[in-house]
Amino acid sequence: MPAFLQHLFTNYYETAAIILFGIGFTTLLMHRNLIKKIIGFNFMDSGLYLFLAAKGYIAGRLAPIITDGNADPSKYVNPIPTGLVLTGIVVSVSVTAFLLALTCRLYDRFHTLDLDEITHLVRKERD
Amino acid sequence: MRSDGFLKSLVSFVENGSFREEDYTLSPAQKDALDTDIPENRWLLSVQHSEKPVSARLINWFSHKGVEVFNNLYRIASVFICVTLIGILLSVVSFLPSFGSAENPAVNEVVERYVSKAIQETGTTNAVAGMISAYRGFDTLGEAHVLFVAACSVIVLLRVDPSERKRGRRLNPDRVGGDMDYEPNSDLILRKTAKLLVPLAFIFGLYVILNGTSSPGGGFSGGAIMGAGLILHSVAFGFKRTERFFGDEMYHVIKTACLTVYALLMAYFIYMGANGWDDHVWLGNPGGIISGGLILPINIAVGFEVACTMYCFYALFRKGGL
Repeated sequence: MPAFLQHLFTNYYETAAIILFGIGFTTLLMHRNLIKKIIGFNFMDSGLYLFLAAKGYIAGRLAPIITDGNADPSKYVNPIPTGLVLTGIVVSVSVTAFLLALTCRLYDRFHTLDLDEITHLVRKERD
Repeated sequence: MRSDGFLKSLVSFVENGSFREEDYTLSPAQKDALDTDIPENRWLLSVQHSEKPVSARLINWFSHKGVEVFNNLYRIASVFICVTLIGILLSVVSFLPSFGSAENPAVNEVVERYVSKAIQETGTTNAVAGMISAYRGFDTLGEAHVLFVAACSVIVLLRVDPSERKRGRRLNPDRVGGDMDYEPNSDLILRKTAKLLVPLAFIFGLYVILNGTSSPGGGFSGGAIMGAGLILHSVAFGFKRTERFFGDEMYHVIKTACLTVYALLMAYFIYMGANGWDDHVWLGNPGGIISGGLILPINIAVGFEVACTMYCFYALFRKGGL
């Protein structure tokens, strides 16, 4: 097996995260339905969380909660990516709510979720 | 098959535009038979050797086929972009340090400091909570503001004036059979389950918030659980009953007060030099509920803000107001 592929299998969490990100990105670009675009966006977010969580993991170590007063850093995994995932989740929830609200308004105005039809209707109104 | 037909029409349009030759081409015999005194016939004769200019034909072609061509090109381009992006990212992944190894550059002296000094400097046994609210507290303050701004913008976009809502105006007046028509619902199974689960959700949310300094959890996750409890309550018993204890004013007061408390606590911390809680506040008893100095009040403030925001999102999408 070439070294390239072998490394992909060693880093299988990161590989899965990238594939998830790619699925989300493809959904974002290829679908005309606005709701599906938002779903694709959330897929990309999930890929990112998986990537960050995988980067923080260290084999055989515990979650960074010091239980027995033994604060030896070589016993615990990296706490920083966990915090970054929290930031990511909050931002993703906010952005998703905002996007859905915008979609609601667009639907009320044009009675369709198809982006092409919306563009068409907007152009028709402008002319 | 579709692309075949598409190509054929493309070629024919490039060749001819919308000018169909067979409509205007005359055989020599027909040409001779034409009466040249009629202007239309004279025009027909002149057309025999002329073509439309290329630019005119191109514009004609685009106006007929442009959207279809654009859609096809867009599809091809997006597949190409996606495949390229995934390829680039995967090749980057193949160069990353291997998964789960302790020698990764991400595991450096910063991490060691966060873990080994968490108890002395922040008073938390949960190093993640200590990191989020103390070492990187400014970042988390920004996060809480992101949530606040998102709630504000959703209110701006979706809120329906309460006086109009009472008269039955909804966000979308044309939508018949929306779920507000079934309000209040009388689903017995849902109500009994909610009666059991809502108090549990609140208690569990509070537990997660209060124990955020010594176990997994904290303001954001506990707040999300409490928000879920609120949403479940309004799903099962209707908005009227939820409004009895959680209405518009209550929401605004809690949200603003929590964010202000958080900002003031953070401001105090930063004003004092932002260098460890331990110099300025009593840290409490690491491992217990009262621990972590300012982290516990910050967690409570964040928790209530998140719970309010979750319910606010739900209520706005469902009925256009709290």
